[in-house]
Amino acid sequence: MAAAESLCAEAALGACLEALLGSRSCANRVFEILELLQAEDEEIVLSAIRTCSRLFGAFLERGELFVGQLPPEEGSLPESFSAEEKYKIWMRHRYNSCVNCLVELMGHESFQVKESSLCTLMKFVELEAKHPLVKVEWSFNFPQELLKLVVKGLIPTEEESSLLSSRFQEYLEHDDVRFFAMKAVAENIGNVMQKTKEVPLPVYQKNVFAFVSSITMPSDESEIKNFLVKHENQEEWKVSKLKEHKRAFERMWLGFLKHKLPSSLYKKVLVILHDSILPHMNEPTLMIDFLTVAYDVGGAISLLALNGLFILILHHNLEYPDFYKKLYSLLDASVFYVKYRARFFRLLDLFLSSSHLPSYLVAAFAKRLARLALTAPPDALLMVIPFICNLLRRHPSCKVLVHRPSGPEEMSADPYVMEEEEPSESRALESSLWEIQTLQSHYHPEVAKAAASINMELSEVEDDLMELMELTAYEIFDRDLKKTATTFPLEFQPTTGLFGQKNDLCAEYFTLE
Amino acid sequence: MGKVGPRKGGGSAVARPARSNPFEVKVNRQKFHILGRKTKHDVGRPGVSRSKAHKKRTLTLLKEYKEKDKSSVFKDKRIGEYDSKISSEEKMMKRFALEQQKTHEKRSIYNLNEEEDLTHYGQSLADIEQLKDVPESDSDTEETGMLSAELTAAHFGGGGGLLHKKALSGQENEEDKKPKSRKELIEELIAKSKQEKRERQTQRENTLELTEKLDSDWKEIQGFLSHKTPKSERNHAVEEKLKADEYDMLVRELGFEMKARPSGRMKTEEELAKEEQARLLQLEADRLRRMRGEEESDTRKKSKHISADDLADGFILDKNDRRLLSYNDGKLNIENDEDEGVEESTGINEDDVEEEGTEEDSSSEADAVDNHSDLESDDGSMDETSAGEAQKKRGKGDKNKLKEQNAKRKAASLELPYTFAAPESYQQLKVLLLGRTMEEQLLVIERIRKSNHPSLAVENKAKLEKLFGFLLEYIGELAAREPPELKTVDKLIPTLYDLCQMFPEAVGNHVKLILRDVAHDMEEILEVRGRAPFPELDMLIYLKIIAILFPTSDYWHPVVTPSMVYMSQLLTKCPVTTLQDVVKGLFVCCLFLQYVSLSQRFIPELVNFLLRILYMAIPSREVQGRFTSMRPLKSLDKNFNLLVVSEIADAKTWQRQNLPLHTVTGSKEDRKGNHLRLSCIGLCLDLVKRCAVLYGSLPSFWEIMKPIQILCKHMPVSEYPAQLQELHNCVLTQLEAQVQHYHPLVCEKKKPVPLKLFTPKIVKVLEFGRKQETNEREQERKRLIHRHKRELKGAIREIRKDNQFLARTQLTEIMERDSERKRKVKRLFGSLAEQEGNWKAMKKKKF
Repeated sequence: MAAAESLCAEAALGACLEALLGSRSCANRVFEILELLQAEDEEIVLSAIRTCSRLFGAFLERGELFVGQLPPEEGSLPESFSAEEKYKIWMRHRYNSCVNCLVELMGHESFQVKESSLCTLMKFVELEAKHPLVKVEWSFNFPQELLKLVVKGLIPTEEESSLLSSRFQEYLEHDDVRFFAMKAVAENIGNVMQKTKEVPLPVYQKNVFAFVSSITMPSDESEIKNFLVKHENQEEWKVSKLKEHKRAFERMWLGFLKHKLPSSLYKKVLVILHDSILPHMNEPTLMIDFLTVAYDVGGAISLLALNGLFILILHHNLEYPDFYKKLYSLLDASVFYVKYRARFFRLLDLFLSSSHLPSYLVAAFAKRLARLALTAPPDALLMVIPFICNLLRRHPSCKVLVHRPSGPEEMSADPYVMEEEEPSESRALESSLWEIQTLQSHYHPEVAKAAASINMELSEVEDDLMELMELTAYEIFDRDLKKTATTFPLEFQPTTGLFGQKNDLCAEYFTLE
Repeated sequence: MGKVGPRKGGGSAVARPARSNPFEVKVNRQKFHILGRKTKHDVGRPGVSRSKAHKKRTLTLLKEYKEKDKSSVFKDKRIGEYDSKISSEEKMMKRFALEQQKTHEKRSIYNLNEEEDLTHYGQSLADIEQLKDVPESDSDTEETGMLSAELTAAHFGGGGGLLHKKALSGQENEEDKKPKSRKELIEELIAKSKQEKRERQTQRENTLELTEKLDSDWKEIQGFLSHKTPKSERNHAVEEKLKADEYDMLVRELGFEMKARPSGRMKTEEELAKEEQARLLQLEADRLRRMRGEEESDTRKKSKHISADDLADGFILDKNDRRLLSYNDGKLNIENDEDEGVEESTGINEDDVEEEGTEEDSSSEADAVDNHSDLESDDGSMDETSAGEAQKKRGKGDKNKLKEQNAKRKAASLELPYTFAAPESYQQLKVLLLGRTMEEQLLVIERIRKSNHPSLAVENKAKLEKLFGFLLEYIGELAAREPPELKTVDKLIPTLYDLCQMFPEAVGNHVKLILRDVAHDMEEILEVRGRAPFPELDMLIYLKIIAILFPTSDYWHPVVTPSMVYMSQLLTKCPVTTLQDVVKGLFVCCLFLQYVSLSQRFIPELVNFLLRILYMAIPSREVQGRFTSMRPLKSLDKNFNLLVVSEIADAKTWQRQNLPLHTVTGSKEDRKGNHLRLSCIGLCLDLVKRCAVLYGSLPSFWEIMKPIQILCKHMPVSEYPAQLQELHNCVLTQLEAQVQHYHPLVCEKKKPVPLKLFTPKIVKVLEFGRKQETNEREQERKRLIHRHKRELKGAIREIRKDNQFLARTQLTEIMERDSERKRKVKRLFGSLAEQEGNWKAMKKKKF
């Protein structure tokens, strides 16, 4: 039934198209097509979109649409227009309504409809750029208004649109499209946020992020060659300037990050910040505010902000007061359990690699890490023990932590103060790494072995941490499991049942029934 | 031909002092004199060495050459004739031994008694031992070899004498003095010996006389003695008799005591298994037959009662009027019904028991468990019998028989088969066990095991290994049921244990496989969602089984170590959302503690988890806020108040008891929930206590336990029942009592690096003047090549000299032969010429 209907509609559409392209006399049939754009049936809509694409594509190429400032439709047209012009004006209005329809269709529930309307719109963008619908003031021309509409359709406020964004990816390859899209996004964010007045829009922000993070910037001006529309004197156009691109990029991101983000999005932004945002900004220092705020949030977000901060400190002369103190306070019990552990420790390694750091600071870090290691899982332990050893190697004055031959015979308490936020006050240098000694009796043999290395004098060469950083518990498990054993030792005490062993602990607290 | 080089030197050294003709000496001039070097070849004696070589060749090569075309060889087989190493004494000994061997007869090999008499001076030692003082006859004396030294010396004279004598005989005619004196000497000797003999004889006669006299005297005195002693003697005798009896008894006891005597050979495991299987096969055949309702064949005898005293000698009483002892519902069965069914089944039971008995005797403890299960099954079959009996009792008269048959058929179909093919798939095992009671299931598995004992067939090993896998799977399924059938699981564990003892490797690999699958699944869930739920009861049971099958205290164990890592993941990555999760987590904690109970190893995750659990028991928010920095896993648990007791009234009704495992699966109503909460808190505190004891010796004990202690102080203890309060107090005091001492760490001393030494490095010079190779192997190779070359040269030279020698000999032979011929021809010619001359002279005379 539906199929027959759609076939019927398709035939009608075909006829309309023929008629419209054939002569101007049947111009009114264009309404039939536009009507079908709002049909219920997906198939019909799709074929209507196709028809529109062909029809207006042809009109654009033929120049059958009015060029210049469009007079409003309601008001009667002044007599100065000829009949042909009136027709063109009328047809231009139809074109506009078609575009509006298509933008609406980008919010259709069917992805196919969305996709094909997106493609059609982009086709119009391309054709409009070639055959401008506005009076050409200067030689470069791009249908920005149309693109803004497309972008608006791409980042809806209610539903998820990451799929469509990824479809849009191929258009973003074109430098001009990307440039104007970035501008459009920046404007869009401004508009939407102003309208909602700080009411958080998680879905919208997520969509924006999906769209924005998929933009890949050129790293060099010479790479800017791929244009949707070719012009003469291309080089003079601002679209071909990398600086302009960067500026647009920067404005877009800053506009996006100006507003409060949900924490999951926060993390996502921070994850990509250092290698896909900061390098493409004209003024990375503009990110300082954002990063310092993030660094002060605490927890995983702080850990992630560290990377961006590091780049700013390293390359952009950022002076961060009490950086190490803050870093020190970042080390808490959860640091071994967060997802970005490897990344954090890599940075921590980097920050502590300087040999000019005071030894009290390094000792405090080592001691704090050791203290935290008492709660760490084996995968983290395998990483953090060599890490601490490396710290001691880099700073020989800290070796008193594992070797204090002239110290007091016995102490009643550990002099190290864990609660102290200031590393210099923590008295770490007076302490010893008893925690590592404790870990020598860890249940996992490899951890115990690693911890036993402090018994001997440390070797000169630092341990390589790169592989250990990424280690997960499952990998340890897998490694243990794959070790080929020649023998399987067996329990020699026979059992009488599930809880029937000698000194069975479970039997003391559990019963079978 | 050996090398003669070294011997040459030796020879010269000996010969040098004797004579040194300067023309016979060749001096090998040395260019440099080196201190401490011994020179062997500073002077050579070519003449001596050449003559030596020649001599040697004549002895060896020439001999060979002369015997070149001879096929028969003269062999001297006398032992050690040409062996200079053996002393003449040894030589004689060997020859003697050989001779003895030759005379030794074959048939007397086994005759132990007719040993060769050991002799001393030709006299049998046995005789000497007896010390027979039988007077010896005159003739004896000489034979016994009691010869005086002079006589021997005169008769045999030793080696020197003999030679002398020989020489004498050679020169008898020339010297007259000697024979005379000798004759005299001999006569003198003979006279002497005769005299001696006579003296000895008289002496012996004297002693004999004296002994006889003594004997007669004694007899006279004996008469007096015997007259006097009888009474006391008798008393003594009585006593002694009593005593002797005791002693005798002891002796006899010892004598008659059972000595270790060869008994029936112990049966090997294979044989036992074979027997067992045969028995099961037999029973199975029986069962099948009864199931089909066939009558018992007449040829097969009824199983009879066999007394323990039966000698198995075929002696049978005429009439077997004894009834079998059987029980009916606990009462002795006295009725005189000859129910074959009963008889048979009891017979079977008895067989069972007996067989089990023997098995128990011979096989190890491992089977003791089997016994147990079998006995249980016996009970089961006993019940069946009684049921059958009851049925039979109802039948009377002629119908009896028919009914009986029916009943039998029924019983047989109910009864388990006795042999089972090992299941090829898990489904098969399930089919086998489906719808059976626990005891029957155990029996089935037991029988599968027995009928597929690895000693019966090679492929049985693989079958049983598979069976282990299926059993594990089955246990998993039992544990996953609702409610979990843990009793059955419990009973299956010994079987698993036994199987594991048989095939450690296969079992280990199997368990590893399970672990891998589970961990892999969890990893996948973790990757997608970042957290994974606690596993179900079956996995917990598996973890427990691992602890049962394998030693958990190993430093590294192929199965235990991964399972510990897995448990650590459970404790860190699984969020606790329900009370069931709490129980699961605590069970894992329990297991973990049990894993390390012997090795006393530290588990950070365990302490963290206990902290998490305790944290849930604290109601007030503001207290909780302060501990977030200490809790590593604050993000995991959303359900903060999970363990807060909602109604204080419930606390009063709470009784402390062990947590049943099925709480892990089932969800209980809220009222019980509070009880469960209290139990969990109690268990958690218990575990904390255990941890405190276990980790008391760790240097950072205080740092580990501090968060727990602080949390404990904030627990709403007043709401808890008295028992828990007590426990709580106990834990706190335990934690506080621990006195911690910190000793500053000191590294172990490194071995001091030895100072650099300035003594020269000594390199062995293998071949002076040769280029030294750096590589030792290369050096060795070069050295060997050089040696080989030298040896080859030497050998070639020797061969050349041999050839020269041979050629020389051949030449002399030919020359000799020629000269001989020449001589003969000359002689012939001479005689001919003479003849001719004579003839001519005759002719001249005639004419």
